[in-house]
Amino acid sequence: MAPVVRLRGAVSLLGRFPALAGVDLDVEAGEVVLLRGPNGAGKTTLLRVCAGLLPVTSGTAEVLGVDLVGDRRSVRHRVGLVGHGGGLYDDLSVAENVAFWGRATGATEDDVNGALARLGLDGRLRDLAVTRLSAGQRRRTSIAAMVARRPELWLLDEPHASLDAQGRDLIDTLIRDSVAAGATVLLASHEDDRAVAVATRVVEVRGGTTTIAPVSPVAPVVEETPRAG
Amino acid sequence: MLADARLVAGKDLRIERRARVATNQVAPFALLVLVLFAFALDPDRGILDRATAGLYWVAVLLSTVLAVQRAYALEAADGVPDALRLSGLDPAAVFLGKSAALGLQLLVLEALLLVGVTVLYTTELAGPALLAATCLAATVGLAAAGSLYGVLAAGLRVRETLLPLLLLPVVAPVLIGATRAFEAALAGAPGDGWPWCGLLAIFAAIYVAFGMLAFGPLMEEL
Repeated sequence: MAPVVRLRGAVSLLGRFPALAGVDLDVEAGEVVLLRGPNGAGKTTLLRVCAGLLPVTSGTAEVLGVDLVGDRRSVRHRVGLVGHGGGLYDDLSVAENVAFWGRATGATEDDVNGALARLGLDGRLRDLAVTRLSAGQRRRTSIAAMVARRPELWLLDEPHASLDAQGRDLIDTLIRDSVAAGATVLLASHEDDRAVAVATRVVEVRGGTTTIAPVSPVAPVVEETPRAG
Repeated sequence: MLADARLVAGKDLRIERRARVATNQVAPFALLVLVLFAFALDPDRGILDRATAGLYWVAVLLSTVLAVQRAYALEAADGVPDALRLSGLDPAAVFLGKSAALGLQLLVLEALLLVGVTVLYTTELAGPALLAATCLAATVGLAAAGSLYGVLAAGLRVRETLLPLLLLPVVAPVLIGATRAFEAALAGAPGDGWPWCGLLAIFAAIYVAFGMLAFGPLMEEL
């Protein structure tokens, strides 16, 4: 079975700057892979490349069997990305936001209601305008909007950020349940032990954006470390 | 594609219903423009009578810029451009949906301004069929051009100042065509106005077609 993510020497340039400077990475179906590294290491860039949002300028990259070098747009509707930006409309309610993004990819009303329930947003929060939510509640709404789309590959950038202990537990459970249901998860974090606990494998990312180097030859920036326990 | 367009238009109209930017800011601005023209051009000298059609469409154009800025500020919010690209929505459908929502708001605004010129300029609305057809054709053109240049400017830090510079010259043909058609209608000679209305329809069709093709690449830069 082909890996869900397969990158070989993947380079992504932001202007002339190598935001990713030659990444090798395989992610198998059902894995929860944690990308760990300091700020600016390139974790977010790597997630955005896997989502088909940033171009791969050299090397090879396949996600869910789609060649990202040839046509990165084809993979977009099959992945879910929760990034630093919430991706929410402030004047819509929690339920309306989740419904809009869900229905854009063909989600049913049950999918939407299910996502709201799984993120604990089915009570009084459901009809509250996003602009009135706390940072943690906004985070949960963003994740619910992604869950409603039922993506095959989850790309989570600092998923525990802004969440209280209960919210963090909720995310961990969600990640484990999603993998049990057949999804694959790639998450980025620069410090969170909790993220390590939920991961099945840890990948250190270094120098993706701090490497001041010419595009070619590229330096390897991804190093895998076996997870203790 | 039409289902996606309906989804996007419904979302934009729902947001407008909540935020009331068009009703509380754009519409009063448009009426204020009419009032200021009335102050500047003394109604007793007959200048207002002759200039009513042009003043009306200048007010519509200036209000269109505000409405477009608002419509695309929504899509430039934190994380929304990425979510939009990942959504699987056909870019042409996003264009049609946003244009439709914008067009509906402009039509309501134009109706309000017609009441405004009737009251403020004591204009008699002759040739209602031509007036309605002109509003419809001009609105489609304005909404389509506005959507196209709205998404183009939305990704830029200087969008507030750049959008009018980009949009107003492009929609100048709408101003000219709609003003001529309105002048003919208000003068009681609608026969002279229908060719202009036809020209507006052609302009609208070109902008809708061009927008459906160009919106996808422009959305990538949002």
